[in-house]
Amino acid sequence: MSDRRTVSVTVNGQSYEREVETRLTLADFLRHELLLTGTHVGCEHGVCGACTILLDGITARSCLMLAVQANGHEITTIEGIAPNEDELHPLQQAFQDNHGLQCGFCTPGMLTTLLEFLRDNPDPTEREVREAISGNLCRCTGYQGIVNAALDAAKRLQAQSGD
Amino acid sequence: MGAKMFGARVPRLEDPRLLTGRGSYTDDFHLHGMLEAAFVRSPHSHAKIRAIDKSAALAHSGVVAVYTAQDLPTHLRDQTVPFQVPNPAISQPFQQRLLEDREVCFAGEPIALVVAESRYAAEDAATLVEVDYEILPGASDAKEALAEGAPLCHAGSPNNEGAKYTVGYGDLDAAFSGAHLVHREEFWIHRGGGFAIENRAVVAEYDELRDMVTIWSATQSPFLVKQNVVDMLGWESDRVRVIAPDVGGGFGPKTVYYVEEALIPVVAKELGRPVKWIEDRRENFLATNMERDQYWDMEIAVDADGKLRGVRGRMIHDTGAYMPWGIISPYISATTVPGPYVLPAYKLETRVALTNKVAVTPVRGAGRPQAVFAMERLMDRAAEKLGMDRAEIRRRNLIPTEEMPYSLGLIFRDGKPMTYDSGDYPKCQAEALRIGDYDGFRARQEAARAEGRNIGIGIANYVEGTGLGPFEGATVRVQPSGRICVYTGGGDSGQGHWTTLAQVCADKFGVDISEVDVQTGDTGTIASGVGTFASRIAVNAGSSVHLAANEVREKAIKVASHLLEAAEEDLDIEDGRVVVKGTDQSVGLAEIARAVQGMPGFSLPGGVEPGLEATHYFSPSQSSYCNGTAVVEVEVDIETGHVEILNYAMAHDSGTLINPFVVDGQVQGAVAHGVGNSLLEWMHYDDNANPVSATFAEYLLPSAPETPNVDVVHVESPTPINPLGVKGAGEGGTIPSAAAIAAAIEDALSPFEVEISGAPVTPDMIVGKIRAA
Repeated sequence: MSDRRTVSVTVNGQSYEREVETRLTLADFLRHELLLTGTHVGCEHGVCGACTILLDGITARSCLMLAVQANGHEITTIEGIAPNEDELHPLQQAFQDNHGLQCGFCTPGMLTTLLEFLRDNPDPTEREVREAISGNLCRCTGYQGIVNAALDAAKRLQAQSGD
Repeated sequence: MGAKMFGARVPRLEDPRLLTGRGSYTDDFHLHGMLEAAFVRSPHSHAKIRAIDKSAALAHSGVVAVYTAQDLPTHLRDQTVPFQVPNPAISQPFQQRLLEDREVCFAGEPIALVVAESRYAAEDAATLVEVDYEILPGASDAKEALAEGAPLCHAGSPNNEGAKYTVGYGDLDAAFSGAHLVHREEFWIHRGGGFAIENRAVVAEYDELRDMVTIWSATQSPFLVKQNVVDMLGWESDRVRVIAPDVGGGFGPKTVYYVEEALIPVVAKELGRPVKWIEDRRENFLATNMERDQYWDMEIAVDADGKLRGVRGRMIHDTGAYMPWGIISPYISATTVPGPYVLPAYKLETRVALTNKVAVTPVRGAGRPQAVFAMERLMDRAAEKLGMDRAEIRRRNLIPTEEMPYSLGLIFRDGKPMTYDSGDYPKCQAEALRIGDYDGFRARQEAARAEGRNIGIGIANYVEGTGLGPFEGATVRVQPSGRICVYTGGGDSGQGHWTTLAQVCADKFGVDISEVDVQTGDTGTIASGVGTFASRIAVNAGSSVHLAANEVREKAIKVASHLLEAAEEDLDIEDGRVVVKGTDQSVGLAEIARAVQGMPGFSLPGGVEPGLEATHYFSPSQSSYCNGTAVVEVEVDIETGHVEILNYAMAHDSGTLINPFVVDGQVQGAVAHGVGNSLLEWMHYDDNANPVSATFAEYLLPSAPETPNVDVVHVESPTPINPLGVKGAGEGGTIPSAAAIAAAIEDALSPFEVEISGAPVTPDMIVGKIRAA
């Protein structure tokens, strides 16, 4: 029953190799094998978006992927967004400055989704931001702080890239 | 002296941890030797259990134990969850057993618990537990459940009526017989849940050397968990510690104590290894309590000038299969109806129906959205029939500010006569109308209609009892490092208590909030606590922090007067140092804290008690009443039934604000919850009470595109009930939402003469009503 394979991945720039059951989800692998618990699981059926990670820079639902499918790929999780221990990424700073989080449980998926979105759409409208996070559920904020944070982050990132 | 922190719009201290993935939620704990648990739950809403065969499950690889009711310690086999809030109106207070092996009464009721080396193995084995069911008919709809001959929720009980009570005051006969206008109408509000993005979660560890059980639970109320564990399991109180770590949203359902919070510690102790149970989303749909679900049959009597004469009627509340929180929700509903209005006579008869569904306990708003829906829709009907503007009929009936404090003639859920402590209802309504540009609406509507667009506006008022007792305490302690620590019992599930309680504390010492640590929700840090629900933490814990910090400040000055050899009246605290006014002499809080640690053999300076700390348990004399007005503008697509919220204005009075930034977030989030209840959230059950919407693909939560920005204006009427003047702010946004949105939809569809008398108002209903018009 328990078919096991070796998985080699790079997560937030660090290489990991583990032998795991083939049925292990990528979310469980990150959380319980690598102990990177910043990625959260909210629904296990791909609707809430809390488990969203970046796989080779593209968003993916880690609850709907198997760890073995990530073999050989590069993953970014919420733990890998900030430039260093003492500093926040402009998107993270914008979340704090705009009250873009309350309980913090949906936050990892919001951040990874918006990182990808703002990379591809550096100057979005409010409507575009709302569409971009339409696959990420938040029960606390009413999205207003998140949307404001994303728009604010876009400005900060543009200013930064213009430097 | 640092900038004043209380009242400042400062960003949260919680955020850097949570934004970098360094939070610690219950599922993030990985304890040495930890086992994982999965439940076998009833797939039927109602069934007798003939037999349970766990042999195949037990033989499965990785399985350590499988528990059914008969495998529990003897005294727990028939143990039910303690009845937490009794009330004489309750005739059939059914409570859930830890594990059921005779009769299951809702789909999702736990029957067996599988403990294994991994969650994957536990779930495999759970499917191997064979249960032989005799399926029984289920009571599904609350109204039908109370009818003669309905299937019984619990076999052998006389009927499905769990409770019955009447509240009211005044002369109804006179009010109705002399009325210019009487209108009667039935309303309904559908079931809706909390649906925090983090499901429930429990980890328990037994330390044999210390004979100590530690429970981490994603709960709003760690002290209630501890109290119930002690009561149920018979363990000594000082052998149990309950911690609510980071909690990923609460919204009410995580207030109440659940059987899983008893079972996981029991098996962890039995097996001598830590055990983790993480509820999955399907379980959350089946086994985490929900709310709403009421039918109202109401009648309003008014004079020709729109003045209220009386309101009376009957309400049926669906309580599900068990009543762990008694009749709190429907009782709050009954006492919410009069709201901000001068209502001379009122009477409501409530019947509480037992149905074969998961229990109903408070969800954000707690019984109030339903009552406000009924009352505000009646106000709209009266206005319509009198040919009066909807805002004007309300304005004429609002309790004048000069009549505060205003006694209603009802008893609230806290057992105290309902007396509104403060508030400026006319101002609140006027402010909401102003920011919602109510006066300009009819011109906008005319212009939209000319373009073939259907827009409408709705308005709703509410009053909400917040800051419920009995108490919530706080310890304020200056550590030898000089950092200030605050401890309080209620858990934090996103409210930002670290930030707001630090704001209350910091000013007493003239420091920045970054100098203050706040630890919430740990029974190991403070002796007593209640929990984070009923919008009560700012009021209760906030006031306790205020009192305790004042005492610590006085003590610091007293000790400093000895250290500095100066009179106390010549001393002040600035930037975390006690200074002799007008001099450069000072002593830091760190030095004072070390001085009161004592030196062996020497007396403490000034004869003070050791430790630079104080604990207070603020206990309010009654609830403090928050209020607000929502004005909502919508556009309805008559082809698809889609409702778009164009503008959402909310005037909100929760007394003095500790942090407007945080309160704005509470209001915006609460409104989103209300939008879900108004337009989207539908928990489907079949005729036998089996749930058929148990995923987020079927039960729709509001997502970003359909959730409006909320324009919030704060009216601040400080309450005299507590020293800070604060009232609760966590639920107000939800309460008037369904009433205002339904009114707006109806207004948008006025050319079709469509009537909206229930919520949520879904696209198919709208299209159906337009077609039938």
